[in-house]
Amino acid sequence: MTVPWAPEAPPQTQPITQNDDVVRSRQQVRTFAQQCGLSLVEQTKFITAASELARNTLVYGGGGEMRAGLVERHGRRGVAAVFADSGPGIPDTDLALTDGWTSGGGLGLGLSGARRLVDEFFLDTEVDRGTTVTIVKWAR
Amino acid sequence: MELLSIDQERVTAEWIDGVSRSLQGRISKAEVDRELRELYGALVDGLRAGDEDARGDGFSEVRALLTELSRNRARQGFTPSETAISVLALKQALEPALRNGSAEDTTAYLRLARILDDLALLTIEAYTRTREQIISSQASQLMELSTPVVKLWDGVIAVPLVGTLDSARTQVVMEKLLQALVDTGSEQAIIDITGVPAVDTQVAQHLLKTVVAARLMGAECTISGIRPQIAQTIVALGIEFGDIVTKASLADALQHALRRSGVDLVTRQDGGR
Repeated sequence: MTVPWAPEAPPQTQPITQNDDVVRSRQQVRTFAQQCGLSLVEQTKFITAASELARNTLVYGGGGEMRAGLVERHGRRGVAAVFADSGPGIPDTDLALTDGWTSGGGLGLGLSGARRLVDEFFLDTEVDRGTTVTIVKWAR
Repeated sequence: MELLSIDQERVTAEWIDGVSRSLQGRISKAEVDRELRELYGALVDGLRAGDEDARGDGFSEVRALLTELSRNRARQGFTPSETAISVLALKQALEPALRNGSAEDTTAYLRLARILDDLALLTIEAYTRTREQIISSQASQLMELSTPVVKLWDGVIAVPLVGTLDSARTQVVMEKLLQALVDTGSEQAIIDITGVPAVDTQVAQHLLKTVVAARLMGAECTISGIRPQIAQTIVALGIEFGDIVTKASLADALQHALRRSGVDLVTRQDGGR
């Protein structure tokens, strides 16, 4: 999916290679979510989704990067974040998106929960090539 | 070696001048004087031993002095440049001697310069190491500071959590909470997450583990400070807290804990007069 980045502000890239980077990604996403005027609840939802995906990128993807910024489509504004890694990929996406299923030691709600927290969710993955997850939330 | 002994007094004086000028009086000149004269002596001894390598045995005394000096500078808040200048200023102080010097002097100067450069790098390494020690000790102090366990009532303790809850901090919180349960003999514990900005699945998992551990010790745990946006996010994520009692505010949680431990709160009709 091509992300409709807002023309006036280019998206920012944040590498995700250690635990602190998850916190940094969260802070960056928070700034954008506030800029595009999301309500406090929407902000918290988007930030939490970004936090889940950043941690997935780190833990399961072996590190990668996040690109985040403002988006615009048909005059609507929103915030988007793209998480990309070149890790092992996800063999069965349906299974990975099932509540409670985890290949690691987590609760198994990160990926499926993140999908429920945002307006648009795209999962692009190939085994041995990596995974890219794109999330978008539009301002009301 | 000879280069350093010919004009010793002038060179050291200029060296000390150069260094104390760059430190702008934040260390007294007498102290700089003492430090550098000691260093100078050690350096001459090292050169006399004929060592060519700044990391060789001949310079072990110099290295020890420089490490000490760098450590002090780092603690006192000087910059890396202000630390390295202690060595590099000696090169400048030696330059005048070269003007009327022979070719041999120049060769000797270049050899000495290489040793001094190595020593300057050494000060930066020692400086950085000290800084890292300071940072890591501050980080652990911060972790201790930000997780106090407070006693709210007889048999009721609370942990107000502030900031990001990662694995390391959860470990500290859990240890402190469990220890406090034993020390105070409390049967009610409240974990307040008002100050936690986002509750994602990892934070939730850490909280759940802490509650389960407290339960194993016979205590009842309440999680308080769940703000509206956090509640909605937790629901959307699909996290279930099961039969763990959660409350919106610390006051509600305290009231619940008191009721559970058999304390009745009574509001008097005359409004407390």
